[in-house]
Amino acid sequence: MSLIEFRGVTFVHQNGVTALSDITTSFDKGERVGIVGENGAGKTTLVKHINGLLKPTSGTVTVNGTNTRDVSTAHLARSVGIAFQNPDHQLFSDSVENEITFALRNFGFEESVIKKRLDWALGFFGLEEYRKSSPLVLSGGEKKRLTLASILAWDPEVVVLDEPTVGQDAIQKEKLAEIVRMLHSAGKTIIIVSHDVEFLWTLQPRLVVMKQGRIVGDGPCAKIMHDWPLMESARVTQPQLVQLYDELQRRPEGPFLDVSAARSWIGRRSE
Amino acid sequence: MRAALEASRDHVIRLTTLLRIEDLSFRYIDAERWALDHIDLSIEQGTITVLAGQSGCGKSTLLRCINGLIPHMYPGDYRGRVTLDGAPVDKTGMGELAQKVGLLFQNPENQIFMFSVERDIAFGPENLGLPREEIRGRVDEVMRLLGIVPLALRAPHELSDGQKQRVALAGVIAMRPKLIILDEPTSLLDPKTASELVGLVHRLNRELGITFVIVEHRLELLTPIADRLVVMHRGLKVMDGTPAEVLTNPLALGYGIAVPPVSMLYVDLLKDGLSLGRVPAEPRELAEEVNQL
Repeated sequence: MSLIEFRGVTFVHQNGVTALSDITTSFDKGERVGIVGENGAGKTTLVKHINGLLKPTSGTVTVNGTNTRDVSTAHLARSVGIAFQNPDHQLFSDSVENEITFALRNFGFEESVIKKRLDWALGFFGLEEYRKSSPLVLSGGEKKRLTLASILAWDPEVVVLDEPTVGQDAIQKEKLAEIVRMLHSAGKTIIIVSHDVEFLWTLQPRLVVMKQGRIVGDGPCAKIMHDWPLMESARVTQPQLVQLYDELQRRPEGPFLDVSAARSWIGRRSE
Repeated sequence: MRAALEASRDHVIRLTTLLRIEDLSFRYIDAERWALDHIDLSIEQGTITVLAGQSGCGKSTLLRCINGLIPHMYPGDYRGRVTLDGAPVDKTGMGELAQKVGLLFQNPENQIFMFSVERDIAFGPENLGLPREEIRGRVDEVMRLLGIVPLALRAPHELSDGQKQRVALAGVIAMRPKLIILDEPTSLLDPKTASELVGLVHRLNRELGITFVIVEHRLELLTPIADRLVVMHRGLKVMDGTPAEVLTNPLALGYGIAVPPVSMLYVDLLKDGLSLGRVPAEPRELAEEVNQL
């Protein structure tokens, strides 16, 4: 049995709009999954089902074998942390410090553990200087790091990142990729909703493509991103290295996974 | 003769320089650090300039100095001069500035608020006190230009993100500014919608001669249309050139610039001694070079 299972999940908003249509898929423990698709394709609605923020109109979602309908969101939150796209919807404490420790206290961690986790999170995310500041004074990019810090501090089994690279410069993006790799090696399940195809390409996760509430593609990142008709119909642009590969007259078997792979292949070929 | 030449050169400069920033420094009230540190920057009319740099580098502060929010709304230490279309920004009222420079926010939700798309677009021109027919004419014109005529009577909150962004941009264009500032315009858009917006910016630039200053992290989207890339770091202007020059300079990475993979690859291939032509703005251009090797 997979860690997270969607079986025939349909979700209809109160206004009658169908956001998810008959989704059946599963995410295993330790898996890294990217979810792509145009705005309104249902990506965020899908991930909100994982921690029970939304319950399916029909079908079932199970996390660790528990039907999300049978437990509270608070209960699920212990194992599923979601960092949403807009940090303003998520931050509410009077200080950065309290924002990070809020969940830790709620989950009943010991004070010594809370202190240790807080110091780690502040240091790791470069927020030390704002410890006592209100989250409201942070820049957009800093707020996003704070939401992530608050979630990672309580060490959930599943980490969902909704558009994590928006407003982040190259250095912060590199750091984010590092965090994802670190979480992966710690055996966490990581689900990333993102328009940033270049960021996803550096991670090479399993890639799920959504369109109009359905899953229209699912497979290894390199294979899916190279499927031009699929990418085109889902209105997702291809990463630059894939575009380059497609325009080459002579080329290796599959697209270049990074710049150095492209460099050495082109170097060899032109000798 | 020489004086005449200099006079005519000055005349040319006056005609073509739309924005001139001279030795500009700004420190927010109570802040220790200067947000802007002796910035010099001239923007020529009809160009597209991209402003990049790490968060906190001073980009947003610079934008506020261009549209007058600084010093009119944000108090602080203001030194130097900003001249926009001949007017000193610090001594020109916000109403007059609004006809010279328009700002499109990252999130169109912050910008559109009326009951219908056309009412929303008309809001700015109405505030200028223009005659009714003139307002009607401008609204119809920008709706046609941006391909949103079918949305005229729709409520803005029902629209998709890409449509909202277009409506907000239409409202800005209806003011007929010479300069439009876009603050991370694509960050909430999916890649296809983002490249459609970039295409639209390019068209407005070529057809109407509107000058653009754009803050953006996703440089691969904009390098094909930008004339110039300016990089800021800790309040200083640290790089300034064509996108090709800046992105192939090894310093760019150090300033936190997201150098597109194709630019990185191009530099590496040059280092390896391959003979390649111009710096590629898009993957296709590099592929053409490589195919000819």
